[in-house]
Amino acid sequence: MADEPASVIAIESDADVVTARQQARAMASQLDLSSTDQTLLATAISEVARNITAYAVRGEVLLSVIQDDGGRRGIQVIARDDGPGIENVELAMQDGYTSGTGLGLGLPGARRLVHQFEIQTAPGRGTTVTLVMWERESARAA
Amino acid sequence: MAVPILKQGPFLIATIQAALTDTDVLKLQDDVMAQVTRHRSRGIIVDVTALDVMDSFVSRSLQGIARMTQLRGATTVIVGIQPEVAFAMVQLGMAFEDVLTALDLEEGLALLTRPRKETVDGGG
Repeated sequence: MADEPASVIAIESDADVVTARQQARAMASQLDLSSTDQTLLATAISEVARNITAYAVRGEVLLSVIQDDGGRRGIQVIARDDGPGIENVELAMQDGYTSGTGLGLGLPGARRLVHQFEIQTAPGRGTTVTLVMWERESARAA
Repeated sequence: MAVPILKQGPFLIATIQAALTDTDVLKLQDDVMAQVTRHRSRGIIVDVTALDVMDSFVSRSLQGIARMTQLRGATTVIVGIQPEVAFAMVQLGMAFEDVLTALDLEEGLALLTRPRKETVDGGG
């Protein structure tokens, strides 16, 4: 459903995390996402991109504009790395669970911030998190 | 980008100017603690008006500043959380329950200059 990603941001440092969420916000504002949804998306990207620097050292964030069957547009964010992967995804998706030094809000928090959330991971096979934020129905009438 | 910290009488005012990296946030924590110690400050205001994102790391670090300075006998107030940011923080699960907040710098200063017991014991 997605074409070529409009933007690929290499995530290697904490500054790249900021770049990724700022680019996503710029894309989202062109799509008429509300300013609240832009903020929710930017915050979710911050969480998943930080997981890359914290656990996998490096990875990338791909940003694309996608459309569903009804022509509604949205921003798709793919955050992926070839890091150690997550052994127990169910556990990682629970509030307050962390294998590192964080609060354990990153993945479950990010899931609450966006419209769609999907995670693919296995030990030793990296982690790919896909987020989608759709534009509001009313935005399409314009 | 470093956050400037101004001393105003018994208070310190840290005004965040632009998006912060995690490194910037940790430096802010260190700088605030160093200055609180040097100036024997009684109150700290951290102005986050310029932040368009407060993720779990930033929130946790600001909470850390509030707790650390409290152990030094100083009170920290976070001011200027934008409405969208507040919305995102709640969705994320960052309730900020034990941190004092105020609408803006002026209200923050008013909170700090009010008699102590009113400000600290919120909600108990």
